[in-house]
Amino acid sequence: MEVGKTKVISVLVENKPGVLHGVANLFRRRNFNIESITVGLSEQESISRMTITVNGDEKTIEQALVKVNVPTPKDRSDIINCVEVFRGRVIDVSTDSLSVEITGTSDKIDAFLNLMKTTGVIEVARTGITALARGAKSIRIDE
Amino acid sequence: MTKMSGARALLESLERQNVNTIFGIVGGAILPLYDALCGSTKIRHILARHEQCAAHEAEGYARASGRTGVCMATSGPGATNLVTGIANAYMDSSPIIALTGQVPSSGVNTSYMIGRDAFQEADIIGITTPITKYSFQPRTVAEIPTVVNTAFYIASTGRPGPVLIDLPKNVQAGTADVQVTDRIEARGYKSMIEMDYAKISEAANLLAKAERPIILSGGGVIISKASDEVMQMSDLLMAPVATTFMGKGSFPEGHPLSVGSIGMHGNPAANKLMGEADVLLAVGTRFSDRATANLDTFMPNSKKIHIDIDEAEIGKNVEVDVPIIGDAKTAMKLLLAALNDKLRKTEGTAWSKRVKDAKEQLSPLLKELPRDIVPKALLIALRELLPGNAIVTTEVGQNQMWSALYFKALKPRTFISSGGLGTMGFGFPAAIGAKAACPDRPVVDIAGDGSFIMSEQELACSVTEKIPVTVIVLNNSVLGMVAQWQRMLYKRRYMAVNLGNTPDFVKLAEAYGAQGFRVTSIDEFQKAVKTALTSNVTTVIDVPIGSEEDVVPFVPPGCGLPQQRGDY
Repeated sequence: MEVGKTKVISVLVENKPGVLHGVANLFRRRNFNIESITVGLSEQESISRMTITVNGDEKTIEQALVKVNVPTPKDRSDIINCVEVFRGRVIDVSTDSLSVEITGTSDKIDAFLNLMKTTGVIEVARTGITALARGAKSIRIDE
Repeated sequence: MTKMSGARALLESLERQNVNTIFGIVGGAILPLYDALCGSTKIRHILARHEQCAAHEAEGYARASGRTGVCMATSGPGATNLVTGIANAYMDSSPIIALTGQVPSSGVNTSYMIGRDAFQEADIIGITTPITKYSFQPRTVAEIPTVVNTAFYIASTGRPGPVLIDLPKNVQAGTADVQVTDRIEARGYKSMIEMDYAKISEAANLLAKAERPIILSGGGVIISKASDEVMQMSDLLMAPVATTFMGKGSFPEGHPLSVGSIGMHGNPAANKLMGEADVLLAVGTRFSDRATANLDTFMPNSKKIHIDIDEAEIGKNVEVDVPIIGDAKTAMKLLLAALNDKLRKTEGTAWSKRVKDAKEQLSPLLKELPRDIVPKALLIALRELLPGNAIVTTEVGQNQMWSALYFKALKPRTFISSGGLGTMGFGFPAAIGAKAACPDRPVVDIAGDGSFIMSEQELACSVTEKIPVTVIVLNNSVLGMVAQWQRMLYKRRYMAVNLGNTPDFVKLAEAYGAQGFRVTSIDEFQKAVKTALTSNVTTVIDVPIGSEEDVVPFVPPGCGLPQQRGDY
């Protein structure tokens, strides 16, 4: 791993307590800063897939849920227009807020969040980067 | 399926792994396990006097015997006291199992204690994650046999290392239907990856063309029992064999092609010849900084072949031309077979002459024993007094480096020292562990006064458990290695190194029921060692030596191996 370059590492791990701690520790020990780390179930039972990005400065994909403030009905249509431009999806509507799901590069999500500042962002949940290699190649733990 | 307690299931699983010795200290959270041990005819429990020493004893046992050592301690402070011992085993790739008690993990209301800062609770798995190969905390009685089997499997295969099993008290005490099986669950753990045969033939080609080959034999050669293969390779290539500090004993140091160990305090012939070789065959070594010295000047013009079982070691410290990932013995066998087709043994080459000359010029290993009571003379005299199968452990510091330089190890597993972590106080408990594993062989700890004080309380263990070992205290009344650095690199500004003339090691030994001698000449030393070796009780031999005695030669920090200073 070189400092200043993005590395996205995909790891299959046992879905057990302590595994995340152990893996994160390996990075801490060598003084690498983890930009994002995501863990979720894989296609194999009891195995999780961990996606770790270290020293991220390149474009990779992440997903974000954004809840924004809607002061007036005019704002609502403006925000929905924005969401369409960013190819996001409105997933919840209430009288004074909108929840949006948006997927893309970290830059794109940053830009969207920036635009939303005018009316006000209430909450953001970003997944961090998740990745699979292109093509048929895969990593797998033999049962 | 049999109904039994978790403690019973654990004990039966340990017995199934042929465990015959456990080093430990009892405490509240591990009482059910001790209760199960009570009356065991198969497992001997040796009561250490400090948990750190219990772990070192387990490691001494493991390294002398090649089997997995077991230590146990209670929760909280018992477990945290094990930490240095576990870290030591991790650094030196020694297979040990650490069993720790833990506060209860379930129960009604307040009996659920994990995570509530209960009395003597410590998150020992969290604390030891970076220094264990793996750890377990079984939450049910039924899973215990599989956990134990898997722990032993992980600890002893591939690159060995410590594995911790944290046992909540309720899991020890609870009962369930248990099947004590051989089942192992280690999905995703590969002790070995498939051998890359192309690399073997690449390595064979390099070695066949080598004009000045050298073999660097590391601790992995001992673990993998590959000493014979290293010997055959050395004969085939007429290549000198240097060892790392951890590899000491992997190649007989009396052999004409042995050039001793490399490193900061390495043998000058070894350090010099490493710099002159054109092809390096490094086997089972991680290229520690103490072995290679400055990496920028470490064999810049040579081709390097690196055999190691741990993929993570390849290219970690030294970039190599041909990496071979796999078991040292298997890889060396394949390499020998590949080479036999290409090579005829050649004697009298320029290189073999150079090796002989270098040994003669740079290692004028005293043709006659000096009569002064100096470490060099003492250690050469000790070698003559001990049979080849005697086990020597060392403490850490000057005593250790003098032993590396002057005490010739002749067989694998006869030289046991804290190489990676450099733990003062390791040698004495490791000697007790080695003696427990090999009761018929003499075991000697070469100590310094500073180190011995750090685990001197184990005299009580060694006396009461009737595990007699010999401790030779090279007593210079200072923390000698640090004093040497302050002398050489800090303009003799001595700080915090003076130990004074205390304790009186003879009286100390006697206070514990051991025997003590103080010797002031080589003759007295020889007599004391002879008495110790025939004695049924632990012996401490106090050998006062000069407090300004240096370990030389010395590669100063930042320098390369050939820039060694000082006379041998």
